[in-house]
Amino acid sequence: MANTDKNSYTIIFAVVMVLVVGALLAFTASSLKPTITENERFEKQQNILYAMGVNENVEGSVNFIPTSEVEAEFSKYIKEQLVIQNGQVTKDSSAYLIDLKGELAKDMSERRLPLFVGEKEGKDYYIIPLYGKGLWDAIWGFVALDADYVVQGVYFDHKGETPGLGANIKERYFMDDFTGEEIMSGTQYEGITVAKGNNDPLNERKDDGKVDALAGATITGNGVTAMINSTVKLYIPYIKDLKL
Amino acid sequence: MALLSKKDTGLLLDPLADNNPITIQVLGICSALAITAQLKASIVMALSVVFVLAVGNVVISLMRNIIPSKIRIIVQLVVVAALVIIVDQVLKAFAYELSKTLSVFVGLIITNCIIMGRFEAFALGNGPYRSFLDGIGNAAGYGLILIIVGFFRELLGSGTLLGFKVLGDPIAKTGLYAIGYENNGFMLLSPMALIVVGIIIWIQRSRNSALIEEN
Repeated sequence: MANTDKNSYTIIFAVVMVLVVGALLAFTASSLKPTITENERFEKQQNILYAMGVNENVEGSVNFIPTSEVEAEFSKYIKEQLVIQNGQVTKDSSAYLIDLKGELAKDMSERRLPLFVGEKEGKDYYIIPLYGKGLWDAIWGFVALDADYVVQGVYFDHKGETPGLGANIKERYFMDDFTGEEIMSGTQYEGITVAKGNNDPLNERKDDGKVDALAGATITGNGVTAMINSTVKLYIPYIKDLKL
Repeated sequence: MALLSKKDTGLLLDPLADNNPITIQVLGICSALAITAQLKASIVMALSVVFVLAVGNVVISLMRNIIPSKIRIIVQLVVVAALVIIVDQVLKAFAYELSKTLSVFVGLIITNCIIMGRFEAFALGNGPYRSFLDGIGNAAGYGLILIIVGFFRELLGSGTLLGFKVLGDPIAKTGLYAIGYENNGFMLLSPMALIVVGIIIWIQRSRNSALIEEN
């Protein structure tokens, strides 16, 4: 047996180990990549449909359309996928695959903003993707508006907010409060504020543009406010044109 | 017990009860608190740890004579990290929703003290077969507690087991809910996991007083 205490042995061992493990992981990652990408694609479709109320919710918990049916349901309910760039609106059937984070980092003129028009029971839904920052990491989601800019549903998700506090933005009791709130105040863009101390924990006033914040999650809540306000604003002029 | 010698049986079964990693050695508590709000997540976490610990123990045991002692902790970390990444990728590919529920906790298997503890305490000094049994045994002991805690938290907190409404429907007021039973939302919060673990430790020690430490 070689002397395992020698420095040269230690270094050679470390190098060989890194090469072997690196190769193994690279092989695993690249062979599973197609399946993982497919799962992420289905998830986006589920999220978009969830925001417009196409889901299998039961009391208290979030339930998406099953992955096996989501593709069919997506093409059934989403009648148009649009991309807004430089004031031009074009149709693009793969708009839902656009990475909003990357687009928001670009210059205004190069930005491609996806917008989805859904139809359910004769009613139109304009579904806007959201992306912003929470306390620890990214938060994102979708908000569905009707033609009067009234929120019909939202879906939020996060990468690493605090479990039990900020992570609860993806719980029903938070997301459901947004339904019915108005984005516009008259003709003025107002957005929606996640507010503390608005004396309305049951969210009975729907027209004040405020929803009750999560206790202990101030910064995540502010992140949600900022995310909705900055992103939805970009879309308002186009929704006006689309309504006709 | 023709298949396993007495010592081997001990390796496999001791960690399930009298040498349980969670209730006796008090290792791996963090993940026991974090992911046990649902039975399903508990089971998957338990299976992931069984896989990582069993395979990791065998790998470390096979390499025990060639690992340079100066960097042995780093080698152990690399082995756990590689196995955990593989588990994570496989979950993402074949159980995507579950991988979202477990999110960071799969990555946190790396920091689960039980794993490094078994590598250091057992696999470095024993052959691969025994190390394999030791890995299965300890991970199963960990998983058993996880599943017990998950069972009670999901049952009492949400009134469901593996997502099935076993106590009736809380909205339609059927089953137990018809006579005024309510779910205890407190069970879904992490502190209640600690209390359930505490109760398990209490029961275990009152049944077997040899486990109680002398002060």
